[in-house]
Order: sequence, then structure tokens, then C-alpha cells
Amino acid sequence: MTLTHAFLAFTQTAAITAALPPGEPPRIAYAPVLEAFDPAPAPVVATPTITARATAPLGTINALGEDEGVSTGTGRPIRADKLLLTNGISTVEGSSGGGIARWATIAGRQMPGGIGVSAHGSAVELPDFGWRSYGAAIGFGDRLELSFARADFDTRDAGAALGIGQGYTFNMNTFGAKVRVAGDLIYGATWLPQIAVGVEHKQSGDGGLVRALGAADDAGTDITVSATKLFLARSVLANATLRYTEANQIGLLGFGSAAGAGYKLQFEGSLGYQLSRRAVVGAEYRSKPDNLGLGEDDWLDLFAAYALTDSLTLTAAYADLGSIATFSDQRGGFLSAQVAF
Amino acid sequence: MLLTTAAAAAALMLLQQAPAEGVDWDAEFGVETKERDPVTGELPVDPYEQSNANAGATPYDSARLVRDFGGRDGIVRIAARTVELSEADPRIAAIFAAHDMVRLKRTLGEQFCYLIGAGCDYSGRDMRTAHAEMGVTKADMNALVENLQAAMCEADVPFAAQNRLLAKLAPMSGQVVER
Ligand code: HEM
Repeated sequence: MTLTHAFLAFTQTAAITAALPPGEPPRIAYAPVLEAFDPAPAPVVATPTITARATAPLGTINALGEDEGVSTGTGRPIRADKLLLTNGISTVEGSSGGGIARWATIAGRQMPGGIGVSAHGSAVELPDFGWRSYGAAIGFGDRLELSFARADFDTRDAGAALGIGQGYTFNMNTFGAKVRVAGDLIYGATWLPQIAVGVEHKQSGDGGLVRALGAADDAGTDITVSATKLFLARSVLANATLRYTEANQIGLLGFGSAAGAGYKLQFEGSLGYQLSRRAVVGAEYRSKPDNLGLGEDDWLDLFAAYALTDSLTLTAAYADLGSIATFSDQRGGFLSAQVAF
Repeated sequence: MLLTTAAAAAALMLLQQAPAEGVDWDAEFGVETKERDPVTGELPVDPYEQSNANAGATPYDSARLVRDFGGRDGIVRIAARTVELSEADPRIAAIFAAHDMVRLKRTLGEQFCYLIGAGCDYSGRDMRTAHAEMGVTKADMNALVENLQAAMCEADVPFAAQNRLLAKLAPMSGQVVER
């Protein structure tokens, strides 16, 4: 009520009071004069909001596809609505995946229309090497993922034996992008997995050395196609990825070979069994080329991941990375922490 | 004195303009009211053809699964609890507030009971009709799944059995999620 209203109401009451015989209690009557200022409000009906959301304006449009939608509910720009663990576990290359295999999942806990972020730190302890990977990813809806990871591969005593120096550390930066092109990890037809295509551009920090080891290049780009599905009826998550790559030891030892070995198609597979909303155990396999003729092996791991909180996921794995730079039987432990919002 | 008379006249005029009692404002404004059925407590819905096919999937045939869900009673309780949790869930409460929860508890219970293979018939509408113009998003869908998971956990349904029910529901998202 505005001041004018209050004033009018007061003068009317005063007028009414003045007109009344003494002793009568004042009566406040319906005042049509107010209508000029205060048009009757719309009739209060329990208007169903059935269509309210359907007709509400769309939320953040991110121009990335057909299914961006309203930012629902609380209207926070970042809403972590993804079902637990369905954002995957950061790979050592920074992408959403299963630790060593890339998945079609998109990093972050956002849903369509939202933006999510995740960061990871991983350590692989092997008999002769220590490998650290850390990085971050940003996810746009259920459509696009951009990622970055830094790898530090410490050769420890092996460095001296290889003649590159005690504790020589290989470094590599990986810039990734992944786009979901079809399907959904959980919803929709059971036979249609979430399918994503992507690239990983890798830059080795040891150009001179990897060339001396026989690599053709210190940078390269992998192209990947991934299909991932959670088969709820069996509580099983399955993933298959094809990677077109020329990377040696995923790029730590450079790309291709001076002798002419180049791009080849490789396979990454994961199988996971969901024990609860928060826990999953599984196994992964990743095939690798042997461009340098150093006896590079395929990789295997057995992992257990647990969502400690909605945003913190811890993963422990036993990893068999085979022969690395002529040091064979590199089997050890993999530990990873991922935070995601 | 003149002022008092004028004021009295004005006051009378004001009093006379008071709205008449007993106007049916709903009728005046063309508001249709639906009456709840005195027996079931449900609101009427537009006519549709009843069929188990409306449940959106074929049922399991597993006595063990039915047992895992606590039989028919357990299933019906889980469905009702899912609806309760969703009505109280700020993420999706608004969608439920405008609808008939008495009916939904019954029909959702029938649907779960039918799909799990506990021997019920589903008498509700098909999923596309039931969720038309609701504007459900995939995020809403996740919220509902979480509420259903919570209800199933409360009822001590083993996780693998929980997932088997979800496996029947997940493919229906295409008929439910609009954007
Ligand atoms: C695959 C997932 C879903 C299934 C299987 C499902 C199942 C059902 C069933 C069986 C009915 C009753 C239809 C009838 O009484 O004729 C119903 C109605 C309803 N559902 Fe869903 N539902 C799903 C997803 C959702 C979601 C994500 C929401 C909102 C967050 C939602 C909100 C509602 C509401 C508000 C009604 C009442 C409609 C009315 O009375 O007009 N449902 N649903």
C-alpha cells in the first residue's frame, strides 16, 4: 500500500466516522475510489503449475546441441545433479574415463544447461618408476568436455641405468576435447550407449630426448571414439574406445618413430560392476603400439572406486603396465583422488 | 454541518457498493473445479484406454525379485515413499505440487508392481500422456531416481535388485523427459 492509499483510506475512515451517530463503532466500507489506484487483483484460483515449467523461458543456452534446458530448481548456475559416479574417473590423460581408459562420459556433475568442473591428482607407483598425473576438466552440459593434464614420469634409478640421469623426469601436457554425439550412459534405449568422439593433443617436454630414443616427434594428436553404457539390469558398466594414435607410452616417449612407424588403431575397454550408489569395482585394458621397438606392452588394471562424498571420489587400482623403456614387469599401485562439481 | 451531510452521503454510497454476498466467483471467472472421488479421494482424469502396455515395459518373472522388494506391500510402500520424498524435494516439488498425489501413489505402485512381476495390473495412463507438458528435464529425472533409490534403501532392497527396477524405468525417459 502506498502513502497515497494510506492517506485516502484515512480520510475515508475519518469521513465515515464523522457521519456516524455518536457511539456507533466505525465501519469501513468498500471503497471504489481505490479501484482507480489498485485494480482488483486477478482472481485467486489454485492455478495449476502443470505447464509452468513447460512454458518457462529456457535457461542458459550454450549453443552446443539440442537438449540444453532450464536451469531447474534453485537456479544456481552450477547444479551438481549428475548421478553419483556417472561422471567417471579422470584418466591419467585428464579425460573423464576409468583411470587409464577414456570413456564417453562428460566430466563434472552438471546436467544439460549447466557447467561443471573436476580436478584430479593420480599417482602410479611402479617397481622402477613413479608417475604423477594431475589435471582439470570442464564439462558443458552433457555435451562437451575440455580437459588438461600434466604428467610427470620419474625414472628414479632407472634414469641412471638408461644413461639419461638419475631421477630424470619425463613431462607431458595433454589437452583434450570430447563431444557426446549420441545416446546416454543411463537413459534411453538399452542398446544405444553414450557415444563420444574426441581428440587428445599431447606435447612432450622432452623433445631432444624422445627423438634420441627414436621417436619422430615430440607432439601428437590422438583421435578417439568411445561408447559407454551402464547396463542397469546387470549393474554393469561397459566401455569401448577406439584410439587412433602414434603415441609411444601414451606420448611420454614421443610420437611415431624415425623409422616411419605412425598412426595405428588401438583399443581401450572397461568393465565395471556397481556395488552400491557409491562403489564400483572393475577392470580395464588398453592396447598400445610398439613404434620404438622397446617391447611396449598393453596395459591392464583392476580398480575400485568410491564416492566418499558427492564431489570426492577416490580410486585405487592394481595396474600392470608391462615393459616401460626396457624395464619389464612394471606392476604397481594406482591411487587417484577426484573432486567434481 | 454541510460537510457532515456530504460525508454521510458519500459513506452511504460506499456502503451500497459493497459486493453482494454469495456470488459464485469461480463461475464468474470460468474456473472449473474438479471434485475428488468420495471413495478413492482421486481427481478425475481425461478418459483413456486402460492397458498394461501403458506401463511402458514388460514385467520380470522372478519370485526372488518380488521377495527382494518385500512383495506387493513392500512395492506399494516404496512407490508411495518415492512420491512423498519427491513432493518434499525442492528440486522437483513444484512439478508434483500441481498434480493428484493420491492417484500417483496408486498408479506408480501399480506400475512398479506390474514391472517387478508381483502380479498387479497397471491401470494408469501411458508415460507420454501422463507427463505431457510437464517440462521434465534429465536433471529432474535424476532427482526422481535418487528419491526412488532412497525409498528402496529404506526398504532394504538389495542394490542389484534396485538396479533391475531402474533398468525397466530408464528407457522410458524418452517419453518423460521433454527437454
Ligand atoms: C521413467 C521415469 C518415470 C516413470 C516410470 C514415471 C511413472 C509415472 C506414472 C506411472 C504416473 C501415473 C500416471 C497415471 O496416473 O495415469 C506418473 C505420473 C506423474 N509423474 Fe511420473 N514417471 C517418471 C518420471 C517422472 C519425473 C522425472 C517426474 C518429475 C520430476 C514425474 C512426475 C510425475 C507427475 C507430477 C505425475 C502426475 C501426473 C498427473 O497426475 O497428471 N515423473 N509417472
